[in-house]
Amino acid sequence: MEFFNAYVWPTIEIIFWILVIIVPIILGMAYLTYAERKIIGAVQLRKGPNVVGWFGLLQPIADGLKLLTKETIIPSGANRVIFVIAPMTTFVLAMIAWAVVPFGYSDVSGGPEPEKWVLADINVGILYLFAISSLGVYGIIMAGWASNSKYAFLGALRSAAQMVSYEVSIGFIMITVLLAAGSLNLTEIVLAQKNHGIAHMIGVPELTFLNWFWIPLFPMFVIFFISVLAETNRHPFDLPEAEAELVSGYNVEYSAFIFAMFFLGEYINMILMSAMTVVLFMGGWLPPLDVSWLNWIPGPIWFAGKVAFCLLIFILARAALPRYRYDQLMRLGWKIFLPTSLFAVVAVAGVLLSFGWLPK
Amino acid sequence: MVVQALAFYAFAAVLISAGIMVVVSKNPVHSVLFLILCFFNAAGLFVMMGAEFLAMILVIVYVGAVAVLFLFVVMMLDVNFTELREGFARYLPIGLVIGVVLLIELIVLVSGAIPIGKASGPVAKAIAKQPSGHNTEMIGRLLYTDYFYLFQAAGMVLLVAMIGAIVLTHRRRDGVRRQSIAKQTARKSSESIRVVDVKPGEGL
Repeated sequence: MEFFNAYVWPTIEIIFWILVIIVPIILGMAYLTYAERKIIGAVQLRKGPNVVGWFGLLQPIADGLKLLTKETIIPSGANRVIFVIAPMTTFVLAMIAWAVVPFGYSDVSGGPEPEKWVLADINVGILYLFAISSLGVYGIIMAGWASNSKYAFLGALRSAAQMVSYEVSIGFIMITVLLAAGSLNLTEIVLAQKNHGIAHMIGVPELTFLNWFWIPLFPMFVIFFISVLAETNRHPFDLPEAEAELVSGYNVEYSAFIFAMFFLGEYINMILMSAMTVVLFMGGWLPPLDVSWLNWIPGPIWFAGKVAFCLLIFILARAALPRYRYDQLMRLGWKIFLPTSLFAVVAVAGVLLSFGWLPK
Repeated sequence: MVVQALAFYAFAAVLISAGIMVVVSKNPVHSVLFLILCFFNAAGLFVMMGAEFLAMILVIVYVGAVAVLFLFVVMMLDVNFTELREGFARYLPIGLVIGVVLLIELIVLVSGAIPIGKASGPVAKAIAKQPSGHNTEMIGRLLYTDYFYLFQAAGMVLLVAMIGAIVLTHRRRDGVRRQSIAKQTARKSSESIRVVDVKPGEGL
């Protein structure tokens, strides 16, 4: 019985909470592909998927089943072990990052001790997210190398260079945010956007969306979002899979379920990066106005709504923008974003110090 | 706690076996991948010791950046595996000497001939000031106050290394056509397009 209480029960509990987080994310990912096809269809005056189920709502499930039941083909010259491990790496890395993402905060005045709605409330949450997102490149490099195909390899090399370049500016932007928030813990970063900021300065504390970091750090917000597009290999920076020149890039040789894992991993990474943008710049689970009926809506719903808004911009960017040339991409990352974000770290630190706005 | 002990032995065992695999695997790409596994397990050990900041920095810097470049280079190189094996016997004695020296150092430390485990100087003061503080904050306070000059010196060394790498590899080649982005964006349609009214049946 003691063994049960000490080990078995906590294990069951943690598995339950992991499922509570993972199942909505996988469902969300499935319908993100649907939303992407529908929205791009609308932009291009098409209907998008509309045959399977009402309004094509069962399309992602049909796609998933199709990929599950197909035959897995491994090229004869491929390095079999690494070939199979690569998509797993992408998928697992996209999943484990969700451990530190905060979805809400139960703060009832006069009630019990406030509870953080997060699986692992670690002190270095933002570093953990950064570490995991910097590992995403491995799945792609391993896939490109193990496929033993020139298109896959070229795609992987492009991707590696691209992701490493944009990570640098993402890192600096994170530093500006955590200077302003005064903590590496993601829950603390969101709470830092709650009770002081521009809305309080101009004397209208109800407009809480003005308190979020996207206004004081607006240039950083824009650069962060563009870097995130590059980091997730999305349009207009999807050079690793540029179908016009590289067929489909690093995943040409993949089929069936191992391809589905790449697909899952990439889309979950998009959702994750949107969640990161929401936590750092858009006030996490906080409602946009401090009005009682908006406060009554639970935090996770606000969080999901904001994430969906970011994803909408991801999709619209894909619909609207042509692909960058590779040298333009590198120039943007190293010659524009890196100096700007480096300068912003100094500028934000200087402003916080000289105006006495340093947190704590 | 049993779980802690089990986790420690799991991390340590995987770390050591992956370390051995780095040296013995035939394919250099596999070596680098095992090296990454090593870094991960070392990060796990750091987390178990409560040094979560160091663990994350290890993953970000070594796994996220350094090992990517290793992998990049190793994949691009056309390595001859048989030649690589031949060098093994030649460098074995030096490797063994270094290994034995490290082993002796470790044994001396573990056997307790030199007292360890007690922090002294500014570190001890910092720990006393913040017994349960976040170690990120403690490391920051120490680095930017007591060890400021050493920290700056380390930064200078890295800067010199970076400039050195650029100077060594950068070369100007003649006859390379470069793009001038400013010139490209400053172009106007009036300077580059000529609208000609072509009469039917005549051509230009």
